[in-house]
Amino acid sequence: MKRFWKSGDPFIWLTGGALALSVIMVAGLVMLVLWNGLGFFWPSPIVRLTLTDGTELMGQVTQREKIPQPGAPPGIPDRYRIQVKVGNRDLYGADFVWVDDAKIARRGLPAEAVLFERSEWGNLYGTISAVREGDRQVAEGPVDGWKALQTYLPAATATLNEIRRIEKKEIGAINHAQEKIRLRMKKLTLQGQEGSPEASRLQQELETWKAQFGEKEARLADLRRQSQYTVVVSAAGGKEKELRLAQIVRAYRPNTMGPLAKTGFYLSKVWEFVAGEPRESNTEGGVFPAIFGTVMMVMIMSLVVTPLGVLAAFYLREYAKQGTFVSTVRIAVNNLAGVPSIVFGVFGVGFFIYLVGGSIDRFFYPESLPTPTYGTGGILWASLTLALLTVPVVIVATEEGLAAIPGGMREASLALGATKFETTWRVVLPAVMPSILTGLILAMARAAGEVAPLMITGVVKLAPALPIDSYMPFLHLERKFMHLGFHIYDVGFQSPNVDAARPMVYTTALLLLLVVLVLNLTAVLIRNKLRRKYAYSVF
Amino acid sequence: MAAQAEMAIESQEKPASVRDSKGDGVGRVAILRDGGTQGRTGEARTSMEPMIEIRKLTLRYGEKLALQDISLDIPKHQVTAFIGPSGCGKSTLLRCLNRLNDLVDGVTISGTIRIGGIDINDPNLEITELRKRIGMVFQKSNPFPKTIYDNVAYGPRIQGVRSRSALEEVVERSLRDAALWDEVHDRLHQSALGLSGGQQQRLCIARAIAVEPEILLMDEPCSALDPIATAKIEELMADLKKQYTIVIVTHNMQQAARVSDYTAFLYLGQLVEYDLTRQLFVKPAKKQTEDYITGRFG
Repeated sequence: MKRFWKSGDPFIWLTGGALALSVIMVAGLVMLVLWNGLGFFWPSPIVRLTLTDGTELMGQVTQREKIPQPGAPPGIPDRYRIQVKVGNRDLYGADFVWVDDAKIARRGLPAEAVLFERSEWGNLYGTISAVREGDRQVAEGPVDGWKALQTYLPAATATLNEIRRIEKKEIGAINHAQEKIRLRMKKLTLQGQEGSPEASRLQQELETWKAQFGEKEARLADLRRQSQYTVVVSAAGGKEKELRLAQIVRAYRPNTMGPLAKTGFYLSKVWEFVAGEPRESNTEGGVFPAIFGTVMMVMIMSLVVTPLGVLAAFYLREYAKQGTFVSTVRIAVNNLAGVPSIVFGVFGVGFFIYLVGGSIDRFFYPESLPTPTYGTGGILWASLTLALLTVPVVIVATEEGLAAIPGGMREASLALGATKFETTWRVVLPAVMPSILTGLILAMARAAGEVAPLMITGVVKLAPALPIDSYMPFLHLERKFMHLGFHIYDVGFQSPNVDAARPMVYTTALLLLLVVLVLNLTAVLIRNKLRRKYAYSVF
Repeated sequence: MAAQAEMAIESQEKPASVRDSKGDGVGRVAILRDGGTQGRTGEARTSMEPMIEIRKLTLRYGEKLALQDISLDIPKHQVTAFIGPSGCGKSTLLRCLNRLNDLVDGVTISGTIRIGGIDINDPNLEITELRKRIGMVFQKSNPFPKTIYDNVAYGPRIQGVRSRSALEEVVERSLRDAALWDEVHDRLHQSALGLSGGQQQRLCIARAIAVEPEILLMDEPCSALDPIATAKIEELMADLKKQYTIVIVTHNMQQAARVSDYTAFLYLGQLVEYDLTRQLFVKPAKKQTEDYITGRFG
């Protein structure tokens, strides 16, 4: 036994086992997220269930589970129930129902069943009974109705997009301009120049904008009147619903789709998810603003944390006289990495938002007070808070890299007549670059996954605008933003419709993993390129 | 045979007005050498002038005495070797010459070192200017993690050479002088860390001579190399001494005997004997030296 232990074999098994366990856990997590996340967009068939009591249900089966039977004698067969997404929230209230397998009398997959994704009220399941234009009947029955729908829907969608564009772009621009004028006027008032010619000129300008706004409003009303087509849908259970075509985001019949059509549909849904805006309090639509916010926040954080951490590490390792004080500082920095992130968040609120942001508002934006500009959560403050949170990681990695550079390299440079600064700049910095990037990779991974400090420093459930847009100064660092990590929390735990939102949690988690992966891979590739160039590193 | 050391001490105890007069220096060296050779051989030593004059050099690391009262003259355009057992202070002495010891915490130095008549410990002296005149090659080859070209061009660039053609010329000349050009001319823009150990060391020599120093300090340059690479570097030193004053620290007594013109034997921080190499190895003046070079030491 003793010889067996001494041979080292058990140790190899122990180390291998530890690694295997870690790999299994990580792989399991990724698999779970992949399985639940990727299946969400696949169009599952619409089933029509007739229950033993005669009621009819129509919807998509989302899951099946065993009914627990505590205390039942052995031998009794297991009973199951299924969860059906029946939609039609406006008609029957609940989006999901549980049905015992035993109570189902008949199942069918009706070809004429249509799924309408609406811009409001979630999905509508049913069969088309008629298509109307105003009061005039255009088509009747499921078959003709579907054909008519295909004819009129593209035009209705185009009109809808036009309305959206006007609302967002043109009216947005008008609002922006008006807001600017209003602020300028307020500034003049603060300076005591209400009656100045400047003020009356601004007033005039404001009037022109108001007139323009009226024109746009009229145009919008016009467009809205254009789309007068409606579809009458009869839902399972007998109720009917008249739906305006402009409300339909997507209408499809999953029971008639072949594998190819389903794949195409799947890809279009994935694209909508990645590139689209959220709908229905984030449970539908896309998460593009959250992706954008996450990436942008990580970028700003990297821009801040890299120079800060690298400079601090250089001072600690290259210039400071090594002693008790420096050791204390080093320990303190390392411990900073263990401080709960919410504490950093609180610091961010107190220092960045109230103190720094508040001062900026008082000095540069007094006209918009009491509405804060920088004195409230925003992407800049969130990024700075995260930079503070991750700076120890960069310092430690850079310091390790500096310590691993052979002293001979510095001496060689000095012996050639270089000053200490030249040596640091031309020899030490390039050599330590891979370590700096390693630190940055760790910092980015940490920052992208952090949620708690963001919740109080600028992340919101739904941001009205991205931090970058076409209005001066294009980059709006004071704006609130959306974040994938917070999106997961919000959709998963704050949603009014938890069952509908759960798949979104997995897909969003998957996306967050992908974003972190892409950010890290970029940094790793740059690092490897540098390493090949210098072929020298510790990590 | 104690005469040499005594004479040396005597000579440095002359009034310290040595720096102004070159002739005085030559005279002193002549005396010193006479003390060492004492008419045994008819060396032609008229052209010898000291490049480096070390006087009463004492160096402490904190409390520890590393060099004690060292005085010697190192002649121009000759190879001078420092030999001695590990820890005897020969590397420390070498690093005093370009003031690399300044980087070590707690070092105190007394005595004077003059290079070309200039006191190198003068606080007004620009240390980088001094180091530009003194190239150094280290025990462990330490090319920068840059391309071969950038390694050699590093020194000239530090000195402010920007013109591409000038840099290319310097790189080629230095690599040729370091007998490395033929091996690397087709891969100048690859990483220097891809070279073999011997090539790396020659690259370090090329890097050191690229700034055209007057003196080349070599700190056990061959200790990590195989005999073939060592032979190449020794050959190189014979060529280089035409242009540079070379000071080499070595553990290898055969190497000292092969490459150097003068040899200094240090033991426990003291200069035991300093003489023409051929003299020191054939007929050492001190018992300690004889014991060391014959391997009966300790």
